[in-house]
Amino acid sequence: MKPVLMCREVSVDFDGFHALQGVNLEVYPHEVRFLIGPNGAGKTTLLDVICGKTRACRGKVLFYSHDITKMPEHKIVRLGVARKFQSPSIFHQLTVWENMELALKQDRGLFAVLRAKLSREDRDTIIAVLQRIQLFDYAEQKAGSLSHGQKQWLEIGMQLIQFPQLLLLDEPIAGMSEAERERTGELIHEIARNCAVVIVEHDMDFVRRFSKQVTVMHEGKVLCEGTMEDIQKNEKVVEVYLGREEKAC
Amino acid sequence: MTKKGWLYWLFFLALFAAPFYLTEFRLSLLGKFLCFAMIAIGISLIWGYTGILSLGHGVYFGLGAYCMAMYLKLESSHGRLPDFMEWSGVHQLPWFWKPFEHPLVAISSAIIIPVLLAAFLSYFTFKNRIKGVYFSLLSQAVVVVFVTLFIGKQEWTGGTNGLTNFSTVFGFPLSSPFTQIILYWITVCLLLLIFLFSRWLTVSRFGRVLVAIRDGENRVRFLGFNPTTYKVFVYSLSAAFAALAGIMFVLQVGLISPAMMGIIPSIEMVLWVAVGGRSSLIGAVIGAIVTNSAKSFFSENYPDIWLLFLGGLFIGVVMFLPNGLAGVYQSFKQRKGQREGKTHEAGSHVSRSVGGF
Repeated sequence: MKPVLMCREVSVDFDGFHALQGVNLEVYPHEVRFLIGPNGAGKTTLLDVICGKTRACRGKVLFYSHDITKMPEHKIVRLGVARKFQSPSIFHQLTVWENMELALKQDRGLFAVLRAKLSREDRDTIIAVLQRIQLFDYAEQKAGSLSHGQKQWLEIGMQLIQFPQLLLLDEPIAGMSEAERERTGELIHEIARNCAVVIVEHDMDFVRRFSKQVTVMHEGKVLCEGTMEDIQKNEKVVEVYLGREEKAC
Repeated sequence: MTKKGWLYWLFFLALFAAPFYLTEFRLSLLGKFLCFAMIAIGISLIWGYTGILSLGHGVYFGLGAYCMAMYLKLESSHGRLPDFMEWSGVHQLPWFWKPFEHPLVAISSAIIIPVLLAAFLSYFTFKNRIKGVYFSLLSQAVVVVFVTLFIGKQEWTGGTNGLTNFSTVFGFPLSSPFTQIILYWITVCLLLLIFLFSRWLTVSRFGRVLVAIRDGENRVRFLGFNPTTYKVFVYSLSAAFAALAGIMFVLQVGLISPAMMGIIPSIEMVLWVAVGGRSSLIGAVIGAIVTNSAKSFFSENYPDIWLLFLGGLFIGVVMFLPNGLAGVYQSFKQRKGQREGKTHEAGSHVSRSVGGF
């Protein structure tokens, strides 16, 4: 099977600080890949490089056969890569419905948007996604008035409605209640039926519960890959990350 | 039609009928204010909706006005050299003045030149992601450049005095009340067209992209839109409105000088919109009319201290009405809605979201 995403020897420097040092990562269709690692390991930076927010100084990022290493952000999105940021970044002044309308998969050129009308199909899609993220009853409310968890969901919904082939999530469950976490975890696995998902997450319980493949990063490098069980046995990992957490507990 | 829609039409109807109930002097003032209202709509689009504060719209207004004035000057010189050129020792009409003998060339370049300048400037600044205060300062710098240029090149532009002493437009005497009333009506029509067009833009999906750019430009990028395209378009559009206002201004006022396109007028333009409410198109129109009416009222009645009143008005609005006059209307409506019962409203939300779009 061809990988959806392939990062080859990706390196990033921030004024001499080596945020990423030759990272290799392959993600296959329908995979849910968790990225874990201590603070400063470069997880978010890696997502930034994939979606074009940060530029790699060496190495290559391939999305299927497209080289997206130097592509502008909006073009990467149009290819089918969606990104959810750590803090919910939705449009507070627009209603939930309007937020979804902007996120729709559509021709995003200026003149196409000027002429754009909401088709019956689009409306049905929005309603379906809103029901799935349980925000249908809030459709006409300003997005700024939602609770933190709902904002996170709205943002996930805005990624879903783009029907991406690769979804990048940065700490999607931060600030959520126990029940909301559970539902988010299930939602992520539902999403993975149609696309590959890469998730950065700190919450170890959540990772244990919902992960199959986990990649551990440390100081800008990939330390190891495998299932959560493999990783817990790996001595290096225990040393840099899990051990520290367990001690803290 | 909604109640709001009726109010809009009533407002424009009242403007149309103004020649029947205003004196000649008041009408000429109102005509001038309506030109300012056109600029205000453009600034509301770029600042209120898209979140880009331009302190340099005087340049686009000025360029539009100068292009039109060049035609008027040549027409009133009857084939001779314009008076100010003779005084400056110029013996031949400069080559770039020649095309302005034709009214169509003059009017179309009055729009095209400012729009091209706006598109050029905004493309390179927005593409390089220059935003916020840096953009505002840059737009001020452009004003300084143009004002200095126009004052310095006296033999071509009339220097500090600007261009004035026009007699006719397309053969009609500018001083006759009949011509002035026709020009006034054209101004009202143009304002109405600009208003309707802008309104169509802002209620469509395009308008929501603009608000989204204002609230989170990066997020918009990660939804697959290219904000640069949108920002350049809206900025150039607002320049076109300002240029159109410049054309109508010079026809009705009969004068354009560098002082009218300088830094202070450019900042004043933003103030009109702030007074009216920056994210409301009708607010911007009313803001331009109210502020300028207040300005002429105070200056007529209190010639010594009128500037203090105007300053007080601005401070008052900024401190107590952060969303301008339009904000007062909205919060009044909201309070009324709350009194009439919240449950009713909550019910209508969902039904509208499904059926109303």
